[in-house]
Amino acid sequence: MILATLYETLVAPFAEFAFMRRALVASVALALGSAPIGLLLVMRRMSLMGDAMSHAVLPGAAIGFMLAGLSLPAMSVGGFVAGVLVAALAGIATRYTSVREDASFAAFYLMSLAAGVLLVSVSGSNVDLMHILFGSVLAVDDAALLLVASVATVTLLTLAVIWRALLIECLDPVFLFSMRGHGPWWHQLFLLLVVLNLVAGFQALGTLMAVGLMMLPAISARLWARSVGGMLVAAVLIATASGVGGLLLSYHVELPSGPAIILLAGVIYLLSLLVGKQGGALPRYLRGRHLAE
Amino acid sequence: MKIILDNLTVSYRRHPAVHHASGTFAEGEATAIFGPNGAGKSTLLKTMIGALRPDEGAVHFDGGSLADIAYLPQQSEIDRSLPVTVTDLVATGLWRRTGAFGGVDAASLAKVSEALATVGLSGFASRTIDALSNGQFQRVLFARILVQDARLILLDEPFNAVDAKTTFDLLELVRRWKEEGRTVIAVLHDYEQVRAYFAQTLLLAREVVAWGATASVLTDDNLRRALDKVAVWHAHAPVCETAKEGA
Repeated sequence: MILATLYETLVAPFAEFAFMRRALVASVALALGSAPIGLLLVMRRMSLMGDAMSHAVLPGAAIGFMLAGLSLPAMSVGGFVAGVLVAALAGIATRYTSVREDASFAAFYLMSLAAGVLLVSVSGSNVDLMHILFGSVLAVDDAALLLVASVATVTLLTLAVIWRALLIECLDPVFLFSMRGHGPWWHQLFLLLVVLNLVAGFQALGTLMAVGLMMLPAISARLWARSVGGMLVAAVLIATASGVGGLLLSYHVELPSGPAIILLAGVIYLLSLLVGKQGGALPRYLRGRHLAE
Repeated sequence: MKIILDNLTVSYRRHPAVHHASGTFAEGEATAIFGPNGAGKSTLLKTMIGALRPDEGAVHFDGGSLADIAYLPQQSEIDRSLPVTVTDLVATGLWRRTGAFGGVDAASLAKVSEALATVGLSGFASRTIDALSNGQFQRVLFARILVQDARLILLDEPFNAVDAKTTFDLLELVRRWKEEGRTVIAVLHDYEQVRAYFAQTLLLAREVVAWGATASVLTDDNLRRALDKVAVWHAHAPVCETAKEGA
């Protein structure tokens, strides 16, 4: 009886509908790639960078849309190029002027966002804009699935190879420099991965929502784990759980899937703030009382 | 290996931080770099490791290269909130051998634990650095220098905000390095430390005020001149005039 209910609630939607299965694979693949990227952004104190980049992607996607209609490859390539361009321009501005990196990113992404909105509204209807901004994980086709899976694969393999350098660079950049460790290159490669993952999340979640699956699980992870490895596992688990749970939620309650996934990740974050083992409010309060006694 | 400063001028946004400095660091000796705040001490060290580019002049390594340097950054340059283990941090000192991709073998790991034992942190291998005190953290960084096993050791304010016992232990390590024939150059603020452990001193106030045996450098007269120079520079000369004429 209970088993039957559980099956109905948790498994049946995926077993019965192909579009739900696709959406499931897409969210798990996204979680695998995005969560570690988000964790690195948090550790590098660049939490808002993902947000900036997700906006930066928009005009490229819009140009792709204008040239080829609602074509995923065109919009993805366009988005990728725009993202990389903004990252490069911001990098150059930081390097050769006195503007700090975060400010220079903010400036370029805002320009990029405005250009994107302009392009979309000149060329299409508002429905199209909504589609680009918010995506639709339930309409993921084979091409999109392949893109998401490839990006997750490339991300995980690349991170595995450059993990040490990335970590040392955010831990102790001057030391890495003193060892001839080529610091800036690792950073550029990492930014490339950030853009790649945002573009991958684009069809499923939309440009604005993709960054949610990247950052929220990563920020929650710090409240559960005490080591970098532990945080990595926690972030991926939370992102996966948000993806699966969000899909089920959207299926049963008939909510749009993208926001459902991100809001669920948000709820997990709020819970983590309260009861997270490492520095959550409640454990902290209880530990404080022990010390006092 | 000798390090020679050859008419070295380094600017920070066109303001000269080190101004026409020339001289040679004594080989196999411990040299303290001493001077008022804003005298360009840290800038000089960063230029020596190549992190800052000189406007004029150069740093020469006679009989060695940049690869022979172990550098200790100021604590404030390091993000200590990351939950990286003590072992991992010390093992970053193996970078020249492992690079970004190479593995860390058992012999190297043994070196890491030996270094931790030397600085008195044997039981700390698997702790994370965000849980360490300033003193403990500085011991970890000294362990990393031990692992680097370099002929030239550069220390940027190694004893800032570090407790007295740790400072004493680490200064003994500096003494040992000198006995092993390594060259040690340290930016310091404490007069007594310099007198007790560093035979040579470079008194810096953007320019070289005095450079040589510590007793002959740290005179009241020199120290007063150093203070005056920094004050005058602050007041009157924001842009390097001499360099402009030379260019």
